[in-house]
Amino acid sequence: MNEKVFHRGIAAPLPRPNIDTDAIIPSREIRRVSKEGLGEALFAGWRYLAADSREPEPDFILNKARYRGASILLAGENFGCGSSREHAVWALKDFGVKAIFAPSFGGIFFNNCALNGILAIELEEAKIRRLTEWVELAPRRHQLEIDLEARQIRWREGEAMRFGIEPARRALLLEGLDSIAATLRKKSAISAFEEADGKRRPWVYQLPDV
Amino acid sequence: MPTTLFDKLWELHEVAVLGDRECLIYTDRIFLHERTGSIALRGLEQAGRDVRAPGRVFCIMDHIVDTRPGRGDVTLVPHGREFIEATRHSASRAGIHLFDVNDPRQGIVHVAAAEHGIVLPGMSAVCPDSHTCTLGALGALAWGIGSTEAEHALATSTLRVSRPRSMRVNLRGETAPDVTAKDIILHLIARFGSQSGRGYAVEFAGPAIRALAMDGRFTICNMAVEMGAFTGLIAPDERTIAYVSSTKCAPAGPLADLAAAHWRELRSDEGAGFDLELEVDCAEISPSVTWGTNPEQLAPISGVVPDPDAFADPRKALAAREALTYMDLSAGTALSSIRIDAAFIGSCTNNRLGDLRAAANYLRGKKIAPWVQALCVPGSSAVKRAAEAEGLDRIFRAAGFEWREAGCSLCFHAGGESFGGKRVISSTNRNFQGRQGPGARTHLGSPQTVAASACQGYIRAAET
Repeated sequence: MNEKVFHRGIAAPLPRPNIDTDAIIPSREIRRVSKEGLGEALFAGWRYLAADSREPEPDFILNKARYRGASILLAGENFGCGSSREHAVWALKDFGVKAIFAPSFGGIFFNNCALNGILAIELEEAKIRRLTEWVELAPRRHQLEIDLEARQIRWREGEAMRFGIEPARRALLLEGLDSIAATLRKKSAISAFEEADGKRRPWVYQLPDV
Repeated sequence: MPTTLFDKLWELHEVAVLGDRECLIYTDRIFLHERTGSIALRGLEQAGRDVRAPGRVFCIMDHIVDTRPGRGDVTLVPHGREFIEATRHSASRAGIHLFDVNDPRQGIVHVAAAEHGIVLPGMSAVCPDSHTCTLGALGALAWGIGSTEAEHALATSTLRVSRPRSMRVNLRGETAPDVTAKDIILHLIARFGSQSGRGYAVEFAGPAIRALAMDGRFTICNMAVEMGAFTGLIAPDERTIAYVSSTKCAPAGPLADLAAAHWRELRSDEGAGFDLELEVDCAEISPSVTWGTNPEQLAPISGVVPDPDAFADPRKALAAREALTYMDLSAGTALSSIRIDAAFIGSCTNNRLGDLRAAANYLRGKKIAPWVQALCVPGSSAVKRAAEAEGLDRIFRAAGFEWREAGCSLCFHAGGESFGGKRVISSTNRNFQGRQGPGARTHLGSPQTVAASACQGYIRAAET
């Protein structure tokens, strides 16, 4: 089965609200015009002892042995707010994060996740708290199973917890659609729009003489 | 049926309905910069796809480029040159407009887009940058996207967008004379929360908004994303039309009247229904600064750092406790007793001519405190020239400010210049941990507040 459809992994709680994309990847860590190899820079400001070092900060959750290899984040509200930098998502993906549950997400980050195959799922805070309490008891044994097809998380003793997801987002994640190719199939609708709109708002289509 | 401004803008750009809320929305203008645009252009090249309408795509160097006088491709940001050169190469290959490092039209993309009239009321505009919502102040539908979405927009002139809900924030009454646009938007973020706008296009309305000059309106809409909003909007009025009509790209001849007639229709009709309406009494707003690491963590300058235990919401209490640890502040400390190390006037939030005039007006004949490092970075090369023509640069310099070339500069630390370890009073939009450098402690405020604090060496409002 496709990993995007069904994922089982260690979950790490990051309950602090408003974790912004500057925290997920500081701008100074974006060193190349590239989407690759950014996992090392993930949460760099918290994960390492100093800005110029790669020595792990032992207190940061993802550095703790019991959460090593975590691929699911149980996050606080407004996760991924702030800068639009898609590098935040590329860093999470490169690190091995497959899914993030949070009561809410930053809007641009939320879209960026879907376009990169990361499951960003909105889940009520009470549910996240229940999952967190269970996971914290034994993170390596208490792994979460995510079934996107069935829209549920399976946790203690196979108990299922439902989650909601927009159909378009679910389809994108399940099928990994090339949305540009799909839109280009609507080329004639776009051209027809331009022709009609060009009569209504001709100034929009005149090349600005900047 | 009475319709909201947002609904009018949405329907103007709707190419097709794709699903329940998802639509294919036409993008009239696309903007790119060297930080996130370079990777979008490269992605498109690698996929072998062309830019569909290159004449309506504008790429501007603003994020990584130095702001030191005499700047070139080499930057203080390590590897900055790679971003500049890659962007230049891809832009020229794609045949899009490029405002290069020392082009007289260069500036922060959201500032330049408006001042040249590249974006006009009623247009849709996107950029892989969260502050694209700034342009909503023109009555344009403008929102920030990711680099992958930018590829989609470049290749198809459209985006697949889930239709946001509509919100109107009504500002009742008038603001006190010392309250700026920055104080208003910071107040709204603090009052309603940094995710109160999530999923909404937020229209700002009321006499206090009408009273703002365009520069202030850009400040308001700029920080709509700090409420979590899809975008911010202000209905165009005669002030907006006068502003855009004076720009280089304004429609000319018979099109000018046609466009102006269209722009005058771009407002929420009497009785139009919003999904949510919020009210604020302007009398509650005073000059304010942030004390924490999120823009919603705000207090009046005359006030004190709040006690985390006083927050009813345990999540807000937790966030406040963590913020105070990072900010090295304790509850009950008077904000005016906080000593600052650095002062920054800049960013797409607050570095237009009106902002620089307001700060210079305070600084005239004054000096910054001897322990303060102070920078003024104009929002665009055009703003810089206009400020110099008025002699504002001389006022900033005489006060002890560095006077820079246009760009994003120290709104964020990209690896070059840094406010690392310093306490900064800043006219920017984000006070996130490490945003202005490792360990930098940022207090957000208006340009006037930054000017006054720089002179006093402590956080101060301009009037005290």
